Amino acid sequence: MSAAPGRPKQARSPTGDRPKAEKGASMTTALLEVRRLRVEIPTRRGTLLALDDISFDIAAGEILGVVGESGAGKSLTGSAIIGLLDPPGRIAGGEILLQGERIDHLPYEQMRRIRGRRIGAIFQDPLTSLNPLYTVGRQLIETIQAHLGFSHAQARQRAIELLEQTGIPAAAQRIDQYPHQFSGGMRQRVVIALALAAEPQLIVADEPTTALDVSIQAQIISLLKSICRQRGAAVMLVTHDMGVIAETCDRVAVMYAGRVVEIGPVAEVIHHPAHPYTRGLMGAIPAMDEDRERLSQIEGSMPRLNAVPAGCAYNPRCEHAFARCREQRPELAPVAGTQAACWLHEERA
Amino acid sequence: MLAFVFRRLVQASLVMLTVALIAFTLFQFVGDPVNNMLGQDATPEQRQALRRDLGLDSTVPVQFARFVGNAVRGEFGISLKQGQKVATLIKERFPATLELSVTAALLALLVGVPLGAHAALKRGRASSQLSMLLSLLGVSLPTFEIGILMILVFSVWLKWLPSFSRGDVVSLGFWSTGLLTLDGWRHLLMPAFTLAVFQLALIMRLVRAEMLEVLRADYIKFARARGLSNRVVYFGHALRNTLVPVITITGLQLGSLIAFSIITEKVFQWPGMGLLFIQAVEFADIPVMAAYLCLISLIFVLINLLVDLLYFAVDPRLRVDGKLH
Amino acid sequence: MAAFQSFFEGDVWWSFRRSPLAIAAALILLICLFCAAFAEWVAPHNPFDLASLELMDARLPPQWLDGGSTKYLLGTDDQGRDLFSALMYGARISLIVAAASVLLSLLIGVSLGLLAGFAGGRVDGLIMRVCDVMLSFPSILVALLIDGIGKVLYPNAPGGLAFIVLILAIAMSGWVQYARTVRGSTMVERNKEYVQAARVIGVRPWRIMFRHVLPNVMGPVLVLATIHVAAAVTIEATLSFLGVGVPPTTPSLGTLIRVGNDFIFSGEWWIVIWPSIALVTITLSVNVLGDWLRDALNPRLR
Repeated sequence: MSAAPGRPKQARSPTGDRPKAEKGASMTTALLEVRRLRVEIPTRRGTLLALDDISFDIAAGEILGVVGESGAGKSLTGSAIIGLLDPPGRIAGGEILLQGERIDHLPYEQMRRIRGRRIGAIFQDPLTSLNPLYTVGRQLIETIQAHLGFSHAQARQRAIELLEQTGIPAAAQRIDQYPHQFSGGMRQRVVIALALAAEPQLIVADEPTTALDVSIQAQIISLLKSICRQRGAAVMLVTHDMGVIAETCDRVAVMYAGRVVEIGPVAEVIHHPAHPYTRGLMGAIPAMDEDRERLSQIEGSMPRLNAVPAGCAYNPRCEHAFARCREQRPELAPVAGTQAACWLHEERA
Repeated sequence: MLAFVFRRLVQASLVMLTVALIAFTLFQFVGDPVNNMLGQDATPEQRQALRRDLGLDSTVPVQFARFVGNAVRGEFGISLKQGQKVATLIKERFPATLELSVTAALLALLVGVPLGAHAALKRGRASSQLSMLLSLLGVSLPTFEIGILMILVFSVWLKWLPSFSRGDVVSLGFWSTGLLTLDGWRHLLMPAFTLAVFQLALIMRLVRAEMLEVLRADYIKFARARGLSNRVVYFGHALRNTLVPVITITGLQLGSLIAFSIITEKVFQWPGMGLLFIQAVEFADIPVMAAYLCLISLIFVLINLLVDLLYFAVDPRLRVDGKLH
Repeated sequence: MAAFQSFFEGDVWWSFRRSPLAIAAALILLICLFCAAFAEWVAPHNPFDLASLELMDARLPPQWLDGGSTKYLLGTDDQGRDLFSALMYGARISLIVAAASVLLSLLIGVSLGLLAGFAGGRVDGLIMRVCDVMLSFPSILVALLIDGIGKVLYPNAPGGLAFIVLILAIAMSGWVQYARTVRGSTMVERNKEYVQAARVIGVRPWRIMFRHVLPNVMGPVLVLATIHVAAAVTIEATLSFLGVGVPPTTPSLGTLIRVGNDFIFSGEWWIVIWPSIALVTITLSVNVLGDWLRDALNPRLR
């Protein structure tokens, strides 16, 4: 097991340890490690803490889902990882390690070489992600040439292959078309091709299907899954759709108010949620085989970043909350099959 | 696309007709149209003959049609002040104004675009703050003021540059140009700069504002996320997308340069159409005013049309199947 | 009073306090406005009271140069008028004309814009055609034309009429921007639910337009108006410089500059410099404020 010098071996890893019972799992080196990441956004009304001590790992080739309500910090996590936080947001603490090396405060030029080549990104809206004035081919070729030393002809050939792999018909002709000549789903396929153009090991996908028609969503998700599996690329899939998570991911992290409240294998989190918030989320999903008068809802709403309660951020809405919840913030701790940050399950005194 | 061009031509014609109407009203009803056609020194017989010819007893629409017919042939009568045919006067003055305007336009573009891009890309730097302040000054200084100050500094105090007229001009057929002599350039320098300042400042601010907008777009973020270098992101993507609206807006602005030249020509006594027009206004020389009006509108309308076509060439979203017809 | 208070706690005021440039510009502008408004009391002389002029004092340089006199801080022109005082009276004329023009322009433009945006259809089409035609003329040309025509029609007009024509000319050259902006915003607002609700209830279109839609479109209009004031000052100065602006009996800064222009070759540079500086100071301050206002009101930059 390769460890970067100084990294504590077998320290209490607060992230989702794969339970030994899961078939095929071994203690593979984490491709991406996020340790106690803090992201602040200074505003004129004070500094907001948008991400508060986030920690998780992504192993090579695995698909980690990151789920939560709007404003929970999912997208921000993705932006922080690729080093493209919108100013004035900035990383105020913690570490991000890619294959054991820190990447969180790298100078721009070094980070640039990592982006695209080792970490790729997919954003939400395929229409605005593509430059309307350039052909699809040009955008692909420039990406390929930026990272791999291909000639123009080689890059073009490669681009056509990528388009074919992402399911675009008549790739050799369509490579010279402009983004507006593609439909929404096709555009997102192009975006996926672009993200994979330089063969990265990790893809950060920020709500890749939210802007698409429901009928297309499933296609795109399964494309993403299959193409990443083929290449052995890991995926951090940010979404608010639990259905997508269930279908696609190996593990899932649940975020709330800038914190990770639960993390674990998908089956465990969905069927045996340990954190009350996760339970609330699961309960709110209508099931086709149940007969219910009303959808169950979680009372209240997620706190705004400038009004996060002391202690556990969820405590005002939690029906199990007690004194300690209001005073002390819980850390992620193993609970049965997952890890959850909740005093209900405390095993430590 | 052909449909578009056709529609724009129709629009342009409508505009021109409206302008012609205004000019016609000026011509016929403000002051004496017979005077306008023959000048002050005509004999009563000539006036009578013209009255019949002009059909001043005919209905207004007929007179209007006649006016338009004349206008299209460039026939606007005789200048009340100068006694010469208006068409001749304008033909004489046109090269001066055109050379002045085009030089100023080039100056504004070649300096304004880089400065604006620089101000957007290096936002915090002192140099870009300075250039933005200067651009604010450029927009706030009236053109005539710039001209006067330049004359004060360069002609009166430093005595480096001449302050009026075109200097030595070379005649090329019907065109007289001041661009082939050093003296001509010395005379052109200050007026061109004066005319350019406002446009330059405007372009600079426009480019900066557009570029800042573009830099916040998702495709720029995605380009960075793909690890493209700064050079490619800024000059390949950001600049190209910035220039599309900028070039078209600038094209429209440049049309107004020709009108702004009125002021510059007055300050520097530059013998162009603008000076002619000012003198016409002072003297209530209706034929010249009417002719100038029509000519300027024509130039404007043509430039507008060209700019619209330019949009087609530059933005693929406007084409039907990605190809320019 | 409550509205006043909420303004000072609001974002706009906060943004103002943080911008030293805007504060400086506002201060300078206030001083200019004050001097212009109260010129009779602030200025040491009244340069347009012909009786008080002394031709012997003509063409005196500023006080600190040789030949200057403590009586005339910035020197005098060819008629013996104190330039310092002339600045204030001239600024007053310039500012009044500019303000009146902008107001008129705003009224015309906003009304037509509201009408076009709200009524839609043929009314909208007609108004937009008119805008297009107006836009095919640069503003200075429109102003010159109206002015020129005015002079032809009424060659011996009293001073008051000249003012009216001037204000009309400047107003005509600028209303299109307001109309277009307001039309665009109105069309957006028209489809919003609160307008549709008002229509359903039966509120009359006029009331909807003025009481509901108008406040929502005023933001950009305010920015436009500020910048327009600077432009109006400039156009007026230009017209006066060209001799077709304010009547010579009530000189504005443009007139003063024109007078001064005759003397730059004979060495009395001060006659042209002081009004020039005054003019630029005013337009610059207004433009700085307009710039700042646009950034402050832009929701995306907050």
